[in-house]
Amino acid sequence: MDPMRQAILDYVKREYLEEDDDREVDASTRLISGGIVDSFSMVSLKRFLERKYAISIPDADASPEAFDTVESIARLVERFTAAKAKA
Amino acid sequence: MTTTAAQPGTWTGTWLEAAREIGLEPGGPVNIGWHCSDRICRMGLGAKRALLWEDAEGRSRTLTFDDLRLLTNTFAAFVRGLGVGPGERVCLFLDRVPELYIGFLGILKTGAVAQPLFSAFGEDSLHVRLQDAETAAIVTQRKHLGKVRRIREKLPHLRRIVVVDGAGAPGPGEVHLDLFGAAPVQEFAVHPTTADSPSVLHYTSGTTGQPKGAQHVHGSLPAQYLTSKRVLDLRPEDVYWCNADPGWVTGTSYGIIGPWVNGATQAVLDSGFNTDRWYDFVAKHRITVWYSAPTAIRLLMREGGEAARRRDLSCLRHLCSVGEPLNAEAVVWSERIFGRPFLDTYWQTETGCIVITNLPGMKVKPGSMGKAFPGIEATVLDMNSLRPLDRPGAVGLIALRPGWPSLIRTYRNKPDAYASKFRNGWYLTGDRSSIDEDGYFWFVGRDDDVINTGGHLVGPFEIESALLEHPAVAESAAVSKPDPVNMEVVKVFVTLKPGYEPSDDLELEIMNRIRRKLSPLAMPQEIQFVDSLPKTRSGKIMRRVLRAKEWNEPVGDLSSLMND
Repeated sequence: MDPMRQAILDYVKREYLEEDDDREVDASTRLISGGIVDSFSMVSLKRFLERKYAISIPDADASPEAFDTVESIARLVERFTAAKAKA
Repeated sequence: MTTTAAQPGTWTGTWLEAAREIGLEPGGPVNIGWHCSDRICRMGLGAKRALLWEDAEGRSRTLTFDDLRLLTNTFAAFVRGLGVGPGERVCLFLDRVPELYIGFLGILKTGAVAQPLFSAFGEDSLHVRLQDAETAAIVTQRKHLGKVRRIREKLPHLRRIVVVDGAGAPGPGEVHLDLFGAAPVQEFAVHPTTADSPSVLHYTSGTTGQPKGAQHVHGSLPAQYLTSKRVLDLRPEDVYWCNADPGWVTGTSYGIIGPWVNGATQAVLDSGFNTDRWYDFVAKHRITVWYSAPTAIRLLMREGGEAARRRDLSCLRHLCSVGEPLNAEAVVWSERIFGRPFLDTYWQTETGCIVITNLPGMKVKPGSMGKAFPGIEATVLDMNSLRPLDRPGAVGLIALRPGWPSLIRTYRNKPDAYASKFRNGWYLTGDRSSIDEDGYFWFVGRDDDVINTGGHLVGPFEIESALLEHPAVAESAAVSKPDPVNMEVVKVFVTLKPGYEPSDDLELEIMNRIRRKLSPLAMPQEIQFVDSLPKTRSGKIMRRVLRAKEWNEPVGDLSSLMND
């Protein structure tokens, strides 16, 4: 797993998983539809990504589907970091 | 000015007719647990499907009404075996697993009070509610056990912790319950509760102080029965889906009691939001009646409707919504996508049942929450005189004439707060609205500082109290700000103690802290660091000034604002 996916996964596990929740969580685990991250908490996850990767994610792109797995989140972040690099 | 609280449970008029339809007589026994399970079996519907359950990981379970009868008996016998007596509170702190629905009815069969709490609550939110309720036992699951264990020492009344998916040896004071592995209890002596016996305790937030425990009674049953039948239009062949979590009143009145006292089949999806997953669930179970919420509908709208068009959702024949005003765009969108509108319904934790609504067949005025349900007398009162306003379009306080069966009987430990809800013979909802010339109600807003986010009420006091525990926070004010999906979200204004500077990291840290301690609903979606907060001369923070700026509304009278 690349460093970005690992960092996002670590953050999700640390912040959103109950300490007694023994579910295995990896890059493909459903976070929103799986009930690990709810739609309200998505805001704090979005803030974390924006801080860590120095990007701005428009609300229209921060959909429950885009935030549903670490993999889909990483792809979203990569899209914005690439756009920033081009600019 | 007179004060009139709810009258003890004697059903009259429409409600008496409804009571008799389900075999109830004034003064006789009534037990919600028995009526939603055993009585349905006695009607010859024991083999009918009661619950179609699925979770996010694809697990599923189907229960008939006879299964429900036996499992609620088994749960009830277990609770009684713990030494929990009638009237004592038993908290259900569970995700939407089958044990939550079964446990709810099982607790009621024993005469104990069911206290369901939203499983996403953090330990502070859990603590204040268990402490106020003097809860005797809590039923939870392994993943939430840590929160319970961390506050247990502060809860002297909490005698037992029941874990429904326990593994290994139980901890001190804990006991495991393998409900589906236990020997079914064929016969259980249901406690002879009456119309005034306490049944369900839901906590609801206000402007000041900690949340209040709204005490419901078994005699509410005719109200949930009749409104489910008339508003949700439940029929014998229906498969019904209510999106609400039983930690909130919609999830008990219409996610457990209403459908099952009508003998309806209900589907439960223990999963977070996902457009495809939700539509698949509707299509798979051929859902016919769907009771949802504006926030969920607006999330579906964001996707556009393509996902709905790719599936056969023609099974849906009736759609309703609750929690916050349903905007006209959502009504129009659902007509376009599903071929029928979502019908708005209005009620509160305190009312126990739908009180203002769009009934099937009634002309829908998009954006209006409909008319008073037959049997409910509703009006709007002048804000000052608290007398009914006669002029169509005039904005006033929504008020209801007490007398319907499901109005709560008190706020636990706060009888004065309960008494203050009644004036001039009316129950005051705390919401503002107008009534048009046809009798349709048009919601305007709350009459207090409570924040309605995604259909859930969040009290500013709880958030501000939790913020003050952060070492950097000197003062704070929590208000609502507009949100396109959740109608309102929480925004907080914070002044920092000397030595602390505003930063992005501090903002994120505060957000996460509130989410963990209270709940995701209470987490500020925005934090604004300020040098000072507007206060009255007596030093009280003026939330309304901050709120008005967020909503681009006039700030009103500022004569009491302190000059800095």
